[in-house]
Amino acid sequence: MAGEQREPGQLRLAPESFLAPDLVNDIHRNGVDDSRRKLLRGAFAAASAALVAPSLRAADDPDIVSVPEWSRSLGKPVAANPYGLPSPYESNIVRRQSPGLTQTDQASVAFTPLQNLFGMITPSGLHFERHHQGWVDIDPRRHRLMINGLVETPLVFTMEDLLRLPSVSRIHFLECGANTALEWGNVAVPTVQYSHGMLSASEFTGVPVSLLLERAGYDRKRARYLLAEGADGSSMTRTINLENALDDAMVAYGQNGEMLRPENGYPLRLVVPGVQGVSWVKWLRRLEVGDQPWAAKDEASHYVDLMPDGTHRQYTSIQEAKSVITAPSGGQKLLKQGYYCITGLAWSGRGSVSKVEVSIDGGRNWLVARLEGPVLPKALTRFNFDWTWGGEEALLQSRVTDTSGYTQPTRAQLVAVRGTRSIYHNNAIQTWCVGADGEVHNVQFG
Amino acid sequence: MFNSASTFTAVATVLSIATGAVASELPAGIEAIGRPATDNELSAWDIDVRPDFLGLPPGSGDVWQGEAVWLEKCAACHGDFGDSNEVFAPIVLGNITEEDIETGRVAALQDPAVARTTLMKVATLSTLWDYIYRAMPWNAPKSLTPDEVYALLAYILNLGYIVDEDLVLSDDNIDEVQARMPNRNGMRQDHGLWSLRGEPDVNGDTCEADCDVDLTVTSSLPDYAMNAHGNLAEQVRSVSPYAGLWTAPEEATQVAAAPVAAPPETLLGQSGCTGCHQMAGQLVGPGFDAIRARYAGAENATYLEQKIVNGGAGVWGGIPMPAMPSVDAETLQTIVAWLTATQDQAGEES
Repeated sequence: MAGEQREPGQLRLAPESFLAPDLVNDIHRNGVDDSRRKLLRGAFAAASAALVAPSLRAADDPDIVSVPEWSRSLGKPVAANPYGLPSPYESNIVRRQSPGLTQTDQASVAFTPLQNLFGMITPSGLHFERHHQGWVDIDPRRHRLMINGLVETPLVFTMEDLLRLPSVSRIHFLECGANTALEWGNVAVPTVQYSHGMLSASEFTGVPVSLLLERAGYDRKRARYLLAEGADGSSMTRTINLENALDDAMVAYGQNGEMLRPENGYPLRLVVPGVQGVSWVKWLRRLEVGDQPWAAKDEASHYVDLMPDGTHRQYTSIQEAKSVITAPSGGQKLLKQGYYCITGLAWSGRGSVSKVEVSIDGGRNWLVARLEGPVLPKALTRFNFDWTWGGEEALLQSRVTDTSGYTQPTRAQLVAVRGTRSIYHNNAIQTWCVGADGEVHNVQFG
Repeated sequence: MFNSASTFTAVATVLSIATGAVASELPAGIEAIGRPATDNELSAWDIDVRPDFLGLPPGSGDVWQGEAVWLEKCAACHGDFGDSNEVFAPIVLGNITEEDIETGRVAALQDPAVARTTLMKVATLSTLWDYIYRAMPWNAPKSLTPDEVYALLAYILNLGYIVDEDLVLSDDNIDEVQARMPNRNGMRQDHGLWSLRGEPDVNGDTCEADCDVDLTVTSSLPDYAMNAHGNLAEQVRSVSPYAGLWTAPEEATQVAAAPVAAPPETLLGQSGCTGCHQMAGQLVGPGFDAIRARYAGAENATYLEQKIVNGGAGVWGGIPMPAMPSVDAETLQTIVAWLTATQDQAGEES
């Protein structure tokens, strides 16, 4: 397939209605080579000839020569979709569940399709979902936030109250503590959607927790922790370190310029930048100030990290620096040799990304990748790396260093300290193996 | 929007210099936003119980009362003896010894071959009390009384041989039972992932060239598992530098749709049905296949609608169907139309 330069336009890899199913399957499995390209071109030409096409020569692109129907018709009116929707051609770019991961759909996960996304913001409709007892539709007029515990005056706020208070808008990543959990012991999933897709990022808007605590007159001498509690059936609770809460936590109602989506906590959620997603309590109804942690279910039975000596680390919260190449990535296939832009995401719960390096030989040699700005603290940073593939086997990796001086470890380094059964906080370097056939597979080394 | 950091810092600075009369340091007028909570409001929502049992309501319950509540409200998901792995991970499944109860460390947690259960892990009895009271049962959270929670906890602890069957658990003796929790000394907080100033336990290499790495591949996905996540070719954008690997069965595009109406899966999920029912076979409740077989025919529609809205018991066994009053009329009709569709109608619809 190398050396093919005369291609008139990008050949569509998607099935077309006039292509024989056998040919579509064949191309999906094996890519486009010269013989399949001839078959494709023949099919395009035949289909075009049935329209108004002038005579088509071999080098001509039928999508140019036969002016497409959308160039020859009246378009749709404004507000046809009062709330805009993605193109129907994007209908396969969706959150997906990992089959067999959970027994019920209410305590489950739907993963973000990282392999298809650009930039540093996750579209709200593709933000990953993780619920513990289902999601709920809350009437914002009946939602309240209570602040109690070690405060002068326990307070109640309506949503109107919260929307009147001074607001801040910040871009932050949100990663589940169990992201990449299936990969501790061995490769378990085929694509980056399932290996790293409990990761999203949004611009959140809300009220700083510090302001609300001041308003309630919290006890500066005794206050050490906050309990955050949801208004859904599970009324999930998590203990938040007061230092995190006063540093940059907020009570958020906004996500990417609109209100939160119901699956992400409408109308109110806690945002604790740099801390694992389970602490970002959704449908937030209460913050309690206290002097001891609460050992809630999700910090005593789940979200505790088992160490080789049989102890569990409790209150593991901060998401350490991590990066992953999102394309090319597992389950994909390079269709031809030549230039590729390797792209991926890097982030750190302890600050900003200061450097991302990429290796194409499994970590023997590393080169610095371009960081696409803006590079913000506790946000996703997009990186890009120029690469020319000559058809050889390659082992693609990325490695991030953050502003605290921490560098992302290998899986072997993590396992040497933590074993393979700690479930949470797997921030290991990810390897994608590109075969000589162009197929990309998830692999691990010793 | 990218420069909002300065706004945030300004607010934070104002707050951090606040001392004494706090409200005066906030922007003028903010002290009038929000109102004091009443005592009744606080007791309605402040239901958390801490490891030192702060917040624990008074009450009591014994193992036998607990067993009765368990069989009615909990066993469907967790099994009669808390050992089921069907819906959730087991709560209790042995592997706790008398020595563990002495030392407060469950030794079997070091054995990778042993499945971890709730009672093996949880160090604090308050955790179980708090969670059961706020979140259980699965489809009717916050419906249990404090006495029922004490009783259920007594039953669970007895299943784990942590307490005798004559125990009456109460707010008076719960701290004594806490002192027998088998993994009460098994948690540690001396790690770097809790405080903002925590030290990492692992740090990566910074070698840049000719690094010494072992490139022996020890794990990859076997071919037979490649299609476990559906057809990967359909999970990549149609215009992309990369095709998705074709992992669907050979005949996938050739198979004609089976002559059954497509189930309203989204509605079934959103309405909470799939918490207890699955497409085929018993879960907590009967499978949709069995329901459709029994109630095919429009004459059953009214009965099923009423059954969904009001709940009921006795048709499929001892587990009652909870009332689902929040399902709106249109959703209800769609679901019931599908449940009652006959095979002939199904064929026409497809």
